[in-house]
Amino acid sequence: MITRFLWQGMTRNLQLFVLLVLAVGILVPLSNLLLPPESPFRTPSWVLQLMGKYLCYASLALAVDLVWGFCGILTLGHAAFFALGGYCMGMYLMRQIGTRGVYGNPLLPDFMVFLNYKELPWFWHGFDSFWFAAPMIVLVPSVLALALGWFAFRSRVTGVYLSIITQAMTFALLLAFFRNDMGLGGNNGLTDFKDILGYSVQSDTTRAVLCFASALALAIFLVISAAVVGSRFGKALTAVRDAESRMRFLGYRVERYKLFVFVLSAAMAGIAGALYVPQVGIINPSEFSPGNSIEAVLWVAVGGRGTLIGPVIGAFVVNFGKTYLTGALPEVWLFALGALFIVVTLLLPKGVVGLWNQFRSRSRERQARATA
Amino acid sequence: MKAPGITHARSTSALLYLSGVSVSFDGFKALNNLSLLVEPGEMRAIIGPNGAGKTTMMDVITGKTRPDSGEVVFDGTADLTKLDEASIATLGIGRKFQKPTVFENHTVRDNLLLALAGMRSWYRLLTAVPSKAENDRLEEILSIIRMGPQQHMLGARLSHGQKQWLEIGMLLAQNPKLMLVDEPVAGMTDVETETTAQVLREVNKSHSVVVVEHDMSFVRALGVKVTVLHEGSTLAEGSLDQVSADPRVVEVYLGR
Repeated sequence: MITRFLWQGMTRNLQLFVLLVLAVGILVPLSNLLLPPESPFRTPSWVLQLMGKYLCYASLALAVDLVWGFCGILTLGHAAFFALGGYCMGMYLMRQIGTRGVYGNPLLPDFMVFLNYKELPWFWHGFDSFWFAAPMIVLVPSVLALALGWFAFRSRVTGVYLSIITQAMTFALLLAFFRNDMGLGGNNGLTDFKDILGYSVQSDTTRAVLCFASALALAIFLVISAAVVGSRFGKALTAVRDAESRMRFLGYRVERYKLFVFVLSAAMAGIAGALYVPQVGIINPSEFSPGNSIEAVLWVAVGGRGTLIGPVIGAFVVNFGKTYLTGALPEVWLFALGALFIVVTLLLPKGVVGLWNQFRSRSRERQARATA
Repeated sequence: MKAPGITHARSTSALLYLSGVSVSFDGFKALNNLSLLVEPGEMRAIIGPNGAGKTTMMDVITGKTRPDSGEVVFDGTADLTKLDEASIATLGIGRKFQKPTVFENHTVRDNLLLALAGMRSWYRLLTAVPSKAENDRLEEILSIIRMGPQQHMLGARLSHGQKQWLEIGMLLAQNPKLMLVDEPVAGMTDVETETTAQVLREVNKSHSVVVVEHDMSFVRALGVKVTVLHEGSTLAEGSLDQVSADPRVVEVYLGR
């Protein structure tokens, strides 16, 4: 039953794409670890780190696409779920530092000693164990999504109003996490990580494993999303996107469908954030900034919303451009981002994947005409 | 546990019972003390000039609009003024909208599958595949609405008339006790109008139907009891010939 569920949405193209993601996730780390440093085929360590980051962004983009592209909920706050997953991971990594911090306090992280904390705040308990932190990475974003979605969908908040609520949510979290008495490092966030599961976060081997884990997570998310979208549930979901009140008159509890994908998507974003944090070595409140969520929406728009491959491609293309431009021509990047938004909205409403599909169907028609 | 709005004592033998229903929007009385009875198995045509309250009446029955006063009882037991759209649809009232709203990105068959009675639970739909019974029912409906050959076409590619028939098919798929059909032949050719009348007569063999329509030749082709609405209340009721002989109806339709 589970295998049939997971297999039902796998088209041929998607199977190939999942294999590609896994191949990248295996070959890039292996070429970094196994090949000698002078080999031209060796992936430099900074590319490995970048690849791991992009894979996490791609998972976030897929999560956004699941609610926006397939259910029509334009979320402008998904980076909040990503950041919450990241904070859960960050809390675990902080507790792993132990006595190696600047102040050498065996229980309290450095920032707490600095801020004169006498004891560990209650919500930090348990995070010294990975097996406590791991479910929290999924639970914390999911519960927030469940609460927000429950109230919003039940009161039939839709369209821009819902977008504004999600944006307000991430902004409120940004402000809350900035405060020192929140007990989560305030402005500076959580950083100076040492170990994850007993291995140094700085070592190439750990980086390689984290990059592979990010690829594996993305592959699993692709399979799960495909199964959800390809099921009868998925048909109902896209129908909700296209004609919500019609579905209500057909007797569907529309809010439950929305709530399920919203929570599923928040959980995916949380896991992506948790994989992201050990690879970049820091999590701070700026991850909640509204701009991050909007960028994630742009990745989906560029790649092609309502497709599963599109957001992954979009996340890679836009972030590659960002990495390149912020390095080469830093002042140009924001203009490029704005221009991209305009170009995609005007010329590429279905993104890169939509353009490709259009090209394919046109050349197929031409072939059909030529043979006829 | 009893669902809200369901009483167990049957108060009327009618399938649909409206009594003294009033609705006003910003002072404008869309429905004014409207009463209507539809018997089980009946097909009823509702006619009336623009603004007579036909669509508001449909909105009240389907739970989209709450009446300011009055009683709306379905099947003798369910107080529709206390239920929401989804519960009313589940009780067995299906509605076809004035403007066809089929799912444009789904095929004709998937449109019908989504409308098919039964499966509404989201977690079961995650793993469900259409059963033999469901597939048979889909074939049956496709033949009633005469759209078997178009079953794999996307909703967006259908003609206006085909969309209307698909809507009727989707309504049929819900297997409601009562079907509300809002202006089914608006914008149709004469041939399409004739076909629609045949389709609805076939549907009426197994379902009670309320049709709202402007088109007199279509109402004549249906050959059923007619209710004339005017300014939110019932003006006349009877066969089409009876009501069109009524001087008040003539006055409302043609003006003084």
